[in-house]
Amino acid sequence: MNQAQHGAPSQTTADAVTVTGVDKTFDTRSGQVHALQGINLTVKAGEFVSLIGPSGCGKSTLMRIIADLDQPTAGSVAVFGKSAGQARLDQDYGIAFQQAGLLPWRTVAANVGLPLELHGVGSAARAARVAELLSMVGLTEFADRYPDQLSGGMQQRVAIARSLAESPSLLLMDEPFGALDEMTRERMQTELVRICAETQAAVVFVTHSIPEAVYLSDRVVVMSARPGRIQEIVPMRLDGERTESLREDTRYFEMITAVREALHGGNPGGGIATGGLATGSVAASAPVRGAETR
Amino acid sequence: MTTGAETEGLRPGPEAGPPGLDTAAGGLLDQRSGVENPAGRGNPAGRGNPAGRVARNERIETKARQTPRGARELQVWAYGALGLAAIVIVWELYKLLAPADGVVIGGLRVLPRTTDLAMPHIWDMLARLFEPVTRAEGAAPLWAAVGAGALVTLGIAAVGWLVGLVVGVGLALVMLRWRLAEWGLLPWIILSQTVPLIAFAPIVRSWGSKIQIGGFEWADWMSVALIASYLAFFPIAIGALRGLQSPDVIHTELMRSYGIGWWRTLVKLRVPASVPYLLPALRLGAANAVIGAVVAEVSTGLQGGLGRILIQYAGQASGDPAKAWGPIFGAIVLGLVVAGSIALLGVFLKNYRRVEVNA
Repeated sequence: MNQAQHGAPSQTTADAVTVTGVDKTFDTRSGQVHALQGINLTVKAGEFVSLIGPSGCGKSTLMRIIADLDQPTAGSVAVFGKSAGQARLDQDYGIAFQQAGLLPWRTVAANVGLPLELHGVGSAARAARVAELLSMVGLTEFADRYPDQLSGGMQQRVAIARSLAESPSLLLMDEPFGALDEMTRERMQTELVRICAETQAAVVFVTHSIPEAVYLSDRVVVMSARPGRIQEIVPMRLDGERTESLREDTRYFEMITAVREALHGGNPGGGIATGGLATGSVAASAPVRGAETR
Repeated sequence: MTTGAETEGLRPGPEAGPPGLDTAAGGLLDQRSGVENPAGRGNPAGRGNPAGRVARNERIETKARQTPRGARELQVWAYGALGLAAIVIVWELYKLLAPADGVVIGGLRVLPRTTDLAMPHIWDMLARLFEPVTRAEGAAPLWAAVGAGALVTLGIAAVGWLVGLVVGVGLALVMLRWRLAEWGLLPWIILSQTVPLIAFAPIVRSWGSKIQIGGFEWADWMSVALIASYLAFFPIAIGALRGLQSPDVIHTELMRSYGIGWWRTLVKLRVPASVPYLLPALRLGAANAVIGAVVAEVSTGLQGGLGRILIQYAGQASGDPAKAWGPIFGAIVLGLVVAGSIALLGVFLKNYRRVEVNA
């Protein structure tokens, strides 16, 4: 429903997010902490970009700056050509956190409809949209239940449905599957891929799981800690559909290795896990890695 | 008690508990979760998944709590009755066994006299309720006089509670909005409760009697209501502030991401989230309002309320010892009515008392 609006601004139309020279320092008691330094990143419309890195590398902070929940110390952020603050007020993005963050006194349907309700969508239109979203995440029969009656995975799906309520062209997700068990997690990833294909939304996805980043993304942004910097941007060469069979594909393992190596700063010695998962693919992934460093 | 409930709750099927609305819901929940799991949706929780595990445990607990609901409620009442019976038995046993002059050690009476004057029989107290207040012709039974007094006190306490609610919530909002106000106000609010009420009451009355604005004249009952509100506002202010501050960062940030302002965040998020904190505060405030009203009636000498009757009948206790217990029972019933009203309010707001499982 917002699609038409977003088509309007001319020169940066193609880009969902443009981060230019962003620095972020936090003042703490023990002095300044450099959370982010010299971040430049562009996310194209409809592109799925994952931020990955060790804890403390500022990947969540970067997402929060894009969401206008934090302010950069220096540099600028544009979302669909507007300032981050304006984009927030215009509801250009939907957001989902590691915890579902549902309001416990609202039913599943009322939780999903919350952003619509807050922005004055009429009740009939709201009910129709909520029904559509719930069927998208497979929770139609749970519409009248309360969050405490759902499992963690179901709560998370409600939160994702809520983030999609206003058909945003940009989804910001901060480890949304972090608290889920492996099986639920894989199922949710598959669903997310399907939903993204349906909605054509760009996604900025924060995660600390390499396989997750590889499976979902068009590009994986590998970050390093203290100060938080973009170490490398690894494009995923996994053309075609993200299906379950991809998880057993050699290209998938090659990409995992590529990201892992980037995480370890190109140091093959950091490869305890490298050897375990895909031996022999190290060489194959090497040229890919160098291809698109920022 | 809990063990019994759990074993019953784990028995499968909707027939596990006695029929009733909640039981039916519990049964439905059982069936649905049965459907949901084989479908692979319900998250095979409990395996390396903290959130899921919590959710599952919670659900099992809910079942355990819901299924034998009727039985549990019966148990609660049974324990209540047992407690009451225990008090009666202890009272009567002591009266029967202890010496009439009480127990005196070294010139100090450590246990009270057991004469009918000091400790009337329980049944005498109850019987007295149904006898006329005075020997005068056509006098109403004692319970009616006590009831009328209790109603007056209830009305005054209710006004005091409402004023306390408005003031308490107002203060909480001011403290929520401005951090500085919280630092500045909170110590004074706490200090306000250290002022001894009995010393305070006559002063309020004498202030009140001088107020006259146009057609409005300060009535004596208003002084009593003011003192009741003085006691009631404190727990409400503290509870409301805690409740309004209770939403998680994730929720406030979500509201920020929706681009709505402070007031709408208050209405949509903070006020509903405050209910679990507000309800106990309201109950405490209501109990305080009743105590404040009774004590203020006593110390300002207001006619018609329970406090006045209490003093009056206590003065007649040498001739009619059971009579003095009438207003005491009245005060107990009043307390129960007030607590019950708040509990009723809680029933209407029960959806706001749900807790989030894994946030």
